Amino acid sequence: MSWQWFHRLGSPRWFYQKTSAWLPWLGAASLILLSVGIVWGLGFAPQDAKQGNSYRIIYIHVPAAFLALAGYYIMAFCGAIGLIWKMKLSFVVMRAAAPIGAALTFIALFTGAVWGKPTWGTYWVWDARITSMLILFFLYLGVMALSGAFSREQSGDKASALLALVGTVNIPIIYKSVDWWFTLHQPATLKLTEASTIDPSMFYPLITMIAGFYLFYAWVLTLHTRSLILQREWRTQWVRELFAPAARA
Amino acid sequence: MKIEAATASVRVAGFYTLFRTELTLAVRRRSDIFNPLLFFVTVLAMMPLGIGPEPEMLARMAAGLIWVMALLATLLSQESLFRGDYEDGSLEQLALQPQPLYFPVLAKALVHWLVTGLPLALLSPLLGMMLNLGEAGYWPLFVSLALGTASLSLIGAVGAALTVALRRPGLLLALIIMPLYVPVLIFGTGTVQAALDGYSYGPQMAILGAILAAAAALAPLAAAGAIRISLEN
Repeated sequence: MSWQWFHRLGSPRWFYQKTSAWLPWLGAASLILLSVGIVWGLGFAPQDAKQGNSYRIIYIHVPAAFLALAGYYIMAFCGAIGLIWKMKLSFVVMRAAAPIGAALTFIALFTGAVWGKPTWGTYWVWDARITSMLILFFLYLGVMALSGAFSREQSGDKASALLALVGTVNIPIIYKSVDWWFTLHQPATLKLTEASTIDPSMFYPLITMIAGFYLFYAWVLTLHTRSLILQREWRTQWVRELFAPAARA
Repeated sequence: MKIEAATASVRVAGFYTLFRTELTLAVRRRSDIFNPLLFFVTVLAMMPLGIGPEPEMLARMAAGLIWVMALLATLLSQESLFRGDYEDGSLEQLALQPQPLYFPVLAKALVHWLVTGLPLALLSPLLGMMLNLGEAGYWPLFVSLALGTASLSLIGAVGAALTVALRRPGLLLALIIMPLYVPVLIFGTGTVQAALDGYSYGPQMAILGAILAAAAALAPLAAAGAIRISLEN
């Protein structure tokens, strides 16, 4: 009886109906946090002593890079759950996470290039962190390409889940690249276990932006998962009933 | 205890039989051995024509060029790793056997390395000489290629197994496998570069060895899973 919620979790229908109520809250919360963070960070946080105003791109760059890496874990984790417990919904979330993660990786790379020009004097260097983020981008693209290549949906699900799992080998290397190879990219500014090397007046808006990005990610992932569920289940009774009034009108 | 030992010896015997069959097949199909080598040499010969024949520049690029070409040659020959067996149904027969798929995959990857990776590594000092690579780099180049291409064969087997059921997997295979090749490439060229710069190249070589150990343990497992997925398709 107490495990019922767990079994329900595997049902796309249950997920679709349950999340309808969450969506407005998630969307509103993420938009509020993001707008507060943007205005605070871009408008009110002090100028950096060395970089002037150009450092402000950190408020987009760092959260996007965070979520690009976390998104890969979410994708691989969902793939693993799908492979082990054969949960349909988990594969759908995995597929939904791939393009979002790829987009965030692209944003992190792009803002990094824009930031690199005024501070390092170049858009692109083959530094360990930058190169490994590019590889992360390719990993996402590979999972997306493989999941679309199979004629049978279930095979595409399983194959791309396996590839996502194999690719996790690279993620700790990317994460630790700034600490292991001392190259152009600065070491991590935010640390969980020790004091951060960033001033509180710049730190709080950054934390707000990161929280906002996490909520935004959850929101977009839920939206995308819901649309994939509809695409997959369009033959079923409940989807037909869902759209029946609209079809008749 | 006795039964376990017997099972183990059956597995070893099965592995050995399959390995010998695969090797015989590979040796009989000469083109499979020589085409990757020919590709490797031809493209490397294009390089001085394309970027210019200045010895200093070639010397600086030699290690990287040879490594990238070895990577491409491995990748191109990998596509057919399971294809023949998939098409004539013997892959299905292998999957139906009571023994785990780990050993057949390991045997195939090993044969693939013996007929592509190892010859490439053996040929590499000659090409290094032609590209004006410093003498200090010959031995590290050979050893790093020998170790590295074995990892590439194993990692590539996962990609080949994932794409075996698809009609035209060529570019897709490259797209999904290339990112996984990157660490091998970095430490492979790092080994040669360290030797050329006069540093100790032991650490990089040790990491290459560690990658190979991890790949030998894990990649056949992943490839075996991928084969089962592909057979369902």
